[in-house]
Amino acid sequence: MSANLSAVFYLISGVLFILALRGLSSPETSRQGNLFGIIGMIIAISVTFLSVGNFSSGFIYVIVILLIGGAIGAFIAYKIPMTAMPELVAGFHSLVGLAAVFVAIAAFINPGAFNLGLPGNIKLASLIEMSIGAAVGAITFSGSVIAFLKLQGIMSGAPITFKGQHLLNALILISIIVLAYMLCLTQSSNLFWILIAISFLIGFLIIIPIGGADMPVVISMLNSYSGWAAAGIGFTLENTALIITGALVGSSGAILSYIMCKGMNRSFFNVILGGFGGTDQVSTNQNKEQKPVKSGNADDAAFLMKNASSVIIVPGYGMAVAQAQHALREMVDTLKKNGIKVSYAIHPVAGRMPGHMNVLLAEANVPYDEVFELEEINNDFANADVAFVIGANDVTNPVAKTDPQSPIYGMPVLDVEKCKSVLFVKRSLSPGYAGIDNDLFYKENTLMLFADAKKMTEDITKNL
Amino acid sequence: MEIDPFIFRLSIFILSIFVGYYVVWSVTPSLHTPLMSVTNAISSVIIVGAIIAALANINGEVFTSSSFFGFFAIMLAAINIFGGFLVTQRMLAMYKKKKKDKK
Repeated sequence: MSANLSAVFYLISGVLFILALRGLSSPETSRQGNLFGIIGMIIAISVTFLSVGNFSSGFIYVIVILLIGGAIGAFIAYKIPMTAMPELVAGFHSLVGLAAVFVAIAAFINPGAFNLGLPGNIKLASLIEMSIGAAVGAITFSGSVIAFLKLQGIMSGAPITFKGQHLLNALILISIIVLAYMLCLTQSSNLFWILIAISFLIGFLIIIPIGGADMPVVISMLNSYSGWAAAGIGFTLENTALIITGALVGSSGAILSYIMCKGMNRSFFNVILGGFGGTDQVSTNQNKEQKPVKSGNADDAAFLMKNASSVIIVPGYGMAVAQAQHALREMVDTLKKNGIKVSYAIHPVAGRMPGHMNVLLAEANVPYDEVFELEEINNDFANADVAFVIGANDVTNPVAKTDPQSPIYGMPVLDVEKCKSVLFVKRSLSPGYAGIDNDLFYKENTLMLFADAKKMTEDITKNL
Repeated sequence: MEIDPFIFRLSIFILSIFVGYYVVWSVTPSLHTPLMSVTNAISSVIIVGAIIAALANINGEVFTSSSFFGFFAIMLAAINIFGGFLVTQRMLAMYKKKKKDKK
């Protein structure tokens, strides 16, 4: 296949990838979009085989390895529980990063195969692109591994900080640039290996100080990195499909990071510099005098909801931890049968990754047209009778609107307190991730339901 | 004077960032998780580089140090491609509308 023809096909697969993302603008078109993505991928792979034109024994190995990898991927895709999506995505990011590193290494060892020159005499531009692809890929890999370990709970979600951390990171970043420059001057393979090694190290160091609550930002950020790594390799290989995809994924991840940061009212640098989301701030609340709290049981809650005409459910990550989404949907079904209007309100940072709560509700067969984003539903709280907060905390805290001293001041929150009554399912009065007390607990119209989310929801359903 | 092909690729890259920017802003927030898994799958198009590396045999030898990295990268990218697209499909299949006629 001629180089021009294959370039045209790569362009087509790039366009199909754009359409794949475009399809996600609504659930109806999304499945078709995914299909476009799959077709784009098939075109890109087939064209590569045809343009290499080498169907010798190596070809068989490629197909076998492709199918083994595919089988592993398919197995994971069908087995993974929806609550574990953040871990899965972090794991997948690490694979893209590592693949980028491997391709860059292969190109460095055997540049002739990619028309980049000869070993020890690689074209300057290619060498720069290769270094960028390898370095960003390595950062994506080690960063994603740490994110995966933190999400999986193998590593503590608490931020790991030490003295001189930022200085060390800055020094490493500078040395990466210096190494890349030296590499271009000398073409020394030793420098190339060192460059990759310290990129792995910096990826690790960047993610360890970031706390568990900031994981949505971290995952989005790594998503973006994996795109830039792919784009870097795309320039090396002079491949349009890879360049387009890299740019798409890179900007997608960047936008998601921005949305997540905005949802927490924090600047991107504030998150990256880390140290937030730990438990060190909790102590300030210990000395507070005990304020009266109204607590109730499933019977009281059922009574309140039965007499309501509209109920808004506010789910948070705690619901997913308690695996209460199915029980919740059953409760809502019972409410709906009694003619009560029910909707769900989702905060942008609910869950451990962007859109996580929506997927969990969709899995529990909640129709997506009953689920609303913060801006869509926030005005409805004033007209609703009952707000049912399950597993959420900081995102409902009115202090974000009233107290400029609060660490979450300015964060967009759900106006739950405007409801006639608020039911708050929670195991204790402990503060949320931000480590601050929630004023909502002590409001006149709040009824605390101290129990496991799943058990409480089931009990309410029985009492309805 | 001829323009370096690099400039063309850079133009594609910059324009694609803008396309990505507008396309991603139009993605509905409820589909942000599938967005991440599908971007994951498509960024594994890096497999094309892996295939080229794996099939570039020097003097008729299938396994050289560079093709070895190629084979490894094919494996990783294939996990991602199949895993990414299939898990996206699995998620998207769950998004259903309200049933009109409820019993």
